[in-house]
Amino acid sequence: MADDKEAAAFVSEVHKRISNAFDVFDHEFNHTVDVREIGTIIRSLGCFPTEAELHDIIAEVEEEEPTGYIRFEKFLPTMTKVLMEHKFRPIPDDLLLQAFEVLDQQKRGYLEPEELSKYLMQEGETFTQEEMEEMLSAALDPDKNVIFYKDFVGMMTIDDTQ
Amino acid sequence: MRAALLIQRWYRQYAARLEIRRRCTWSIFQSIEYAGEQDQIKLYNFFGYLMDHFTPASSERKMISHLFCESEVFHDTEWERYFCYKDIEVPDTYSGPHLTFPLCTHNVTELLEAIKHKQLLHSRYVLQLLGETWKLLRVLPNINVVSTCQSKEITICGDLHGHLEDLLLVFYKNGLPSTETPYVFNGDFVDRGKDSMEILLILFSFQLLYPSGVHLNRGNHEDHIVNLRYGFTKEVLGKYKVHGKRILKLLQKIFSQLPLATVIDRKVLVLHGGISDTTDLRLIARLERHRYVSALRPPKRQPREEPCMPGGGLSEGKRGCSGNGERRRVRSLARGTLPLCLPRANSTRTVEEELQERRRWAGLGASCDRVRYLSSNRDPDQDREVTETDMDEWKQLVDVLWSDPMPQDGCVPNKVRGGGCYWGPDVTRDVLQRHKLQLLIRSHECKQDGYEFCHDRRVLTIFSASNYYEVDSNRGAYVQLGPDLNPHLIQYQASRSSRDLTLRQSVGRTERSALQALREQLFAHKSELINAFQEFDPEHTGMISMRHWAVATETVLHLGLPWRMLRSQLLVSQGGAQEGMLNYRDWFRELTFTDPNNRLAHTGLLETMYRHHSNLETIFRIIDMDHSGLISFEEFRQTWRLLSAHLQTEISDEAISGLASSIDFNKDGSIDINEFMEAFRLVSRVRSQEGGRVNRGTPP
Repeated sequence: MADDKEAAAFVSEVHKRISNAFDVFDHEFNHTVDVREIGTIIRSLGCFPTEAELHDIIAEVEEEEPTGYIRFEKFLPTMTKVLMEHKFRPIPDDLLLQAFEVLDQQKRGYLEPEELSKYLMQEGETFTQEEMEEMLSAALDPDKNVIFYKDFVGMMTIDDTQ
Repeated sequence: MRAALLIQRWYRQYAARLEIRRRCTWSIFQSIEYAGEQDQIKLYNFFGYLMDHFTPASSERKMISHLFCESEVFHDTEWERYFCYKDIEVPDTYSGPHLTFPLCTHNVTELLEAIKHKQLLHSRYVLQLLGETWKLLRVLPNINVVSTCQSKEITICGDLHGHLEDLLLVFYKNGLPSTETPYVFNGDFVDRGKDSMEILLILFSFQLLYPSGVHLNRGNHEDHIVNLRYGFTKEVLGKYKVHGKRILKLLQKIFSQLPLATVIDRKVLVLHGGISDTTDLRLIARLERHRYVSALRPPKRQPREEPCMPGGGLSEGKRGCSGNGERRRVRSLARGTLPLCLPRANSTRTVEEELQERRRWAGLGASCDRVRYLSSNRDPDQDREVTETDMDEWKQLVDVLWSDPMPQDGCVPNKVRGGGCYWGPDVTRDVLQRHKLQLLIRSHECKQDGYEFCHDRRVLTIFSASNYYEVDSNRGAYVQLGPDLNPHLIQYQASRSSRDLTLRQSVGRTERSALQALREQLFAHKSELINAFQEFDPEHTGMISMRHWAVATETVLHLGLPWRMLRSQLLVSQGGAQEGMLNYRDWFRELTFTDPNNRLAHTGLLETMYRHHSNLETIFRIIDMDHSGLISFEEFRQTWRLLSAHLQTEISDEAISGLASSIDFNKDGSIDINEFMEAFRLVSRVRSQEGGRVNRGTPP
């Protein structure tokens, strides 16, 4: 039936997308990637997993005896399922904005870099120093030296090339 | 707590997307770069083919024969006369440095300051400096031997490629070269960047001042054939209009006299490209490096007593030229360790069969894996001039200058670049062990961080030209080695903007540039792409699926890029394409490039020109024998004939004449090469500016 053909074609397309993303990190051309790159690969395919969710996936695709490398044969079926089931969906803008507003207790419309850093580096799945610096360099208003989070969220979302 | 989680999750996703965009951008640049190098070698091999198979009188051959004929094989005294700077007057209006020889510290400091202030050194002093450099280089061995005992530490720099800013930055951070602060510069000083000449002047003058403080290794770009394509020839002729040709000629000799490698403390090997499974330092140390003016050519044989016959006769491979100008020997940039085919075995072949075979090689370039002798039916006993040893030596040289490491074991021809090989960790272990070495330092490949270890940290790639592909594309780095021979790496980036741009902005900018380059490639292959698309669209609806788009594009371009990841950026204004379908005709219209003055729009040669404009420019420069920057109308026509022969396509005379007439000629009927190339510098059109579209002549 036409539908079945469509479905099959769709799955094949998903496979190719996963394969392309995987290949970017397959430095030795042997269909394996360093386990540390799995997060980047999954996220580049449009998913928004937490670190914990990422660890679960890795546990699923790792070898019986972890080698530090993930093979494509194991990665493909798991990742296909993730994409087909639309797991780890993007975060709606308003929810994100609310998250920032929670931090902005005084409702000033902005956050100081120190307070944001403190929060993100101590709570949740903490940022490393490097991650924090990178985020600040993008988020900080150069004149006022604060983060206008509403603008920041808006800017980053437009940037989305998907 | 939940708020933090949300923000972190969101940001990490963004950072990952940025990372993959960065990597894709990188592979775009790199694959286009290497494809260009491969192109150049193919072009050069093609000329070799032409040389063999056109009669000496033919105009095509005449145009390019000077590339192959080293008819100016002077004895030393004649060289001195040719390159004499003494007749060059320095006018009073010249405000740059006046050099006196032997150079003293004051001279070199003055030169450095002048260069920083963008002053051009007068050609008289350039020639003088180069002359002294040549005298110094020719007595050096093929392999520099350096020890750290005297200075305690030595610094190694990789590719500079005309990036003066980077060299100055290194000097600023690390100190000027001297006996106490010795440097090794690992090749590729020239091409691509705009200050290649200045870099050479600085390196050479420091070397003359401190011969034990500066060690130079030859790179694959220290080669006049490569320079024709990658900008150095153009730069010199632009800066030195009157004496540029002489300067270039002298530089050819100097490049051939550059040492091939440096060994530090008998433990660390420094060379430009790499090694192969047959690399033998003893052989390299023994060969006569000055015979390899270009690494792309087999070694020339210098007729010691007899000068070469004039009139197009090739001195190559002939001891005592016979009057017969017919070329005996053919060589491609061949690879492999299979035994040479002896001519007797081939004597049953007809000339046509040999021609066909050779033509095939010209297209295949380095994928040939056999070296052959091609003897004409007339003179079977004249063909032992270039020996097996010569070929072995040549291979050693090419491997040193062109090879790249690979992660897998083994050693295979480097098909991407067209020269040298890819060597694996087993070869590294083997070669290092054989020569009792512990580390190989090489350059040749641009690295994001300026350096990269591989092969179990036994191989270090060092690259010193930051922002190589584009502003903020990569950092540069240099290595310091002390007596413990532990590499200490320092990175840098020469760009004011990098401090102001966020990561996001700099990735975006580099990415835009890479995508532009990629669009040019797509445009240049338009006909082939359309054919490929039409195979998926038999009813000519003008639409194909995204899936098919990716497959077709991959098949045509052979660039090995992750097309599906790039799709969204390359198909931007197709508005997501309804139901995953793409209107490819519209897409091509959107991609259209046009020259600012619409001069060339009507000719129908547009696509060929864009695709092959590097080849075109190279051919122009080769034809422009007197390096005047001007070629005649007739030469222009001949260029096109050459190009069409190389591409094995038909380009009609009318089309060429049409092209010529749509360009403004000077009254004397000559074309300015630079002006011509500028005329079709690519300008992309965005779909929204559609109204008043130019009729491009050929239908899409």
